[in-house]
Amino acid sequence: MKSDSAAGLYVHVPFCKGKCPYCDFYSITDPGAERRWARALIREGQGYRADFSAFDSLYLGGGTPSVLPDDLLAELLAGLDALRPFASESERTIECNPNDLSPERIECYRSLGFNRISLGIQSLDDTELAFLGRRHRRSDTLRALDWVRERGPNNLGIDLIYGFAGHSIARWRSTLEAVPRYQPQHLSCYQLTLADRTPFGRAAATGQPRLATPEEQADLFLFTAEFLGERGFLHYEVSNFARDSTYRCRHNLKYWSRAPYLGLGPAAHSHRDGVRWWNPASVEAYCRAVEVTGSAAAGREQLSSEQIRLEDLALGFRTREGVALEQLDPGAPRTQAAIAELLEAGLATLAAGRLRPTTRGFLVADGLSLLFVA
Amino acid sequence: MSNIRNFSIIAHIDHGKSTLADRLIQHTGLVDARQFRDQILDSMDLERERGITIKSQTVTLPYIAADGTHYELNLIDTPGHVDFSYEVSRALASCEGVLLLIDASQGVEAQTLANMYLAMEHDLAIIPVINKIDLPSADIDRTREQIDRELGLDPDEALLCSAKEGIGIDAVFDAVIARIPPPRGSCTEPLSALLFDARYDPFRGAIISCRVFDGTVKPGDILRFMSNGHTHKVEEVGLFQIVREPRKELGTGSVGYIICGLKTVADTRVGDTITHDQRPAAKPQPGFRDVKPVVFSSIYPISSDEYSALLDALEKYKLNDAALIYQKDSSAALGQGFRCGFLGLLHLEIVQQRLEREYQQAIIMTVPSVQYHFKLKDGTSVIVENPLYAPDPTEIESAEEPYIRAGILIPERYMGVVMNLCLERRGTNPRTHYPTPGRIELVFDMPLAEVIFDFYDRLKTITQGYGSFDYEMIDYRQSELVKLDILVNGERVDALSLIVHRDRARQWAVQVCDRLKEEIPRHQFKIAIQGASGGKIIARSTISAFRKDVTAKCYGGDITRKRKLLEKQKEGKKRMKMVGAVMIPQQAFVAVLKTKDEK
Repeated sequence: MKSDSAAGLYVHVPFCKGKCPYCDFYSITDPGAERRWARALIREGQGYRADFSAFDSLYLGGGTPSVLPDDLLAELLAGLDALRPFASESERTIECNPNDLSPERIECYRSLGFNRISLGIQSLDDTELAFLGRRHRRSDTLRALDWVRERGPNNLGIDLIYGFAGHSIARWRSTLEAVPRYQPQHLSCYQLTLADRTPFGRAAATGQPRLATPEEQADLFLFTAEFLGERGFLHYEVSNFARDSTYRCRHNLKYWSRAPYLGLGPAAHSHRDGVRWWNPASVEAYCRAVEVTGSAAAGREQLSSEQIRLEDLALGFRTREGVALEQLDPGAPRTQAAIAELLEAGLATLAAGRLRPTTRGFLVADGLSLLFVA
Repeated sequence: MSNIRNFSIIAHIDHGKSTLADRLIQHTGLVDARQFRDQILDSMDLERERGITIKSQTVTLPYIAADGTHYELNLIDTPGHVDFSYEVSRALASCEGVLLLIDASQGVEAQTLANMYLAMEHDLAIIPVINKIDLPSADIDRTREQIDRELGLDPDEALLCSAKEGIGIDAVFDAVIARIPPPRGSCTEPLSALLFDARYDPFRGAIISCRVFDGTVKPGDILRFMSNGHTHKVEEVGLFQIVREPRKELGTGSVGYIICGLKTVADTRVGDTITHDQRPAAKPQPGFRDVKPVVFSSIYPISSDEYSALLDALEKYKLNDAALIYQKDSSAALGQGFRCGFLGLLHLEIVQQRLEREYQQAIIMTVPSVQYHFKLKDGTSVIVENPLYAPDPTEIESAEEPYIRAGILIPERYMGVVMNLCLERRGTNPRTHYPTPGRIELVFDMPLAEVIFDFYDRLKTITQGYGSFDYEMIDYRQSELVKLDILVNGERVDALSLIVHRDRARQWAVQVCDRLKEEIPRHQFKIAIQGASGGKIIARSTISAFRKDVTAKCYGGDITRKRKLLEKQKEGKKRMKMVGAVMIPQQAFVAVLKTKDEK
């Protein structure tokens, strides 16, 4: 990725009303530090002016960006917009929880320049929502969806979770079926993954399963791909579907193509020209570092060419584009053998000089890169 | 000479041989107690783990008796496995007596007996020593009874000691002096010294350990090595006293070292007789055997760019191991490597483990093989020990494999199971002897190929440790041999190709296919494992593909975490051999050698 590719700007909003038991992203439930955090964030951003000349995507994630009071959000956006120019056709996303929204709020987001709303719906079944520790219910969600479609920006993304224990295809279907009515431009369907340090992770470790079996998960994944494929969605990344290629999430695509991106806020990650750096996962430590030194970078790595190659393969196999043949060391016997096995097993196709994963190939994407490294 | 005693300590594993050796050394003040490192004679980790001594270390203990007489007590340490029985016999041939050590809490065990018989064969004085009397579980009376009943020795002659606590050590010294005869020999006869070991020193070259039977040797002498007639000039002689102590000469009956300009131990032969070139001894010391490797295996670096590092490591290793032979070898699938010859399977395992641990080599070893003789239809003969070079079956007129005469010593009650084992391994011409009541010696002619894998371990298992086994090569005999190949997803795994007797081919193929199924991890695609011989598939197993490994979220902008996980897996791959697109873990190559009962 060339360094003059337009960069993305990510803002980590580390505040939530409650911690969902499966979530591994950093956040706290005490809103007391919101203002301090916002000020530190702008200061941190100013420190990177020399490194990033322009942005063409903005993504507010976290945490729950929609818990921020409107006035604070406005102040924050003003500071961010002043950092560096945003391209005129920038993608500007804010992640929201359905029960934080109101018609007024949605208008506010539009006026602040957000042209994409990503709703963390997860499920449309109240029992499942309770199991997942979500604070909204189906009725909140449907109401919020109506508002967004009425008043919100044109570009709507919906986040869903599936594959938890007891989640049959029938139950999953009943959530999925309700979605096309709202004609979202984008769908993220995430298989539930357990992280050790979350309540779900700990429960599973003590023998209380939270996940469907790997067989069930595989079936659910294939069902999802088929269901959404039939309704015209483009399955462009393992967990992501778009109405068509223009509605693929521009910001996330930068993560998967090693484009430059700047991540501001606690726990945020950044990348530019083969260098990665990240901030501490602590509001206190983050704020203090920025206040004292102007920067919060807690870790950094300069990627070797081997590491870059590994990343390109690992990220490439997670997208429908796949990987270019010349990146696979095509002369090596192990490459020939691996490609043959994958083609034979129906896990990938080879066309126009690229090895692309099939839907079944997406299911095993994480290990594919290892077939091509020494 | 009358003040010299040459002796060894023999015992079952873990009965305290090394600890006792430490105590004897400490007792004579050879090493400052502060500097003393326990078990100084058993210095290799590998030895500690396996509980065996591989390399013998000799020490001359300067002992002053109560009456003021100075003695030179030469303690010769012995290796303890059948692969090295020749070395053991040469070390014992250099002694006049042994301390037969028995753990008071364990009593007489298999190797106690086996070692005692070995000592008797060499006509050595045997002093039973009951050790570990400090343990609460020590049962001295029972042990004395066993000494009487099972060993046939006089229990009143048995000493009591605790090497760990330092109890009874004086009595051990007294017994060595009183009950082990001094060496006999003539200082006027021509020099005759038995070479029982050689060690490599980076500064001095080969350090030869020897026992002088007749004559004396000193710096400046021109020596002749009787096995090959080579001559060398003596640079230095002396005694082993943890560090080498040079002396003006090594006298008759003494044990010590000779440095005579040999660059590596490859130039030495254990059991050789050293004499003077100008006045040679009439006959060499009896019992010399030119030790030939009988088990062959190829070593390949897992990663081909490690070849020169492996060559380096083998060269260094060889400096201290005369028995290991190797030459360049290569295979289409495995790349560049080395064809090596070993004394036996234990020797092979030791070389493998030391290469990995001490020299940090990640290696694959092919299935061990013996040397086969083929007569081809066109009249020529070929000798093959690498299955990959086996001639095409259509060209073979006849084939022969090496046979051994195996002597197995067991308590009577194991006769049935041991007979079965030997017959199973194509043993023929069984004979039985009754050396002592309750014990049987079974002698079989058996193909060497049936013995090199796990025969010894199986024997130990079915006789609960009481069986002992020795063998010697006899001749080559005709055999129906076939070549067996192992294929993984259609691609031959060169390292697993094997020449095997026709009747054993299927059994072996099934074993390999089963073991590989257990050892090879699941892949994204199905894996078919096949055993093929004579163009036919004779065994197979299948490993199903896994359907899913992907995690849903790629951690937002945090690619580092995901990549680190992959890097860890990539590291794990380093210990794997790629065959086509299939990753085979290194331990799979070892696991295929184990029969089901061993796992």
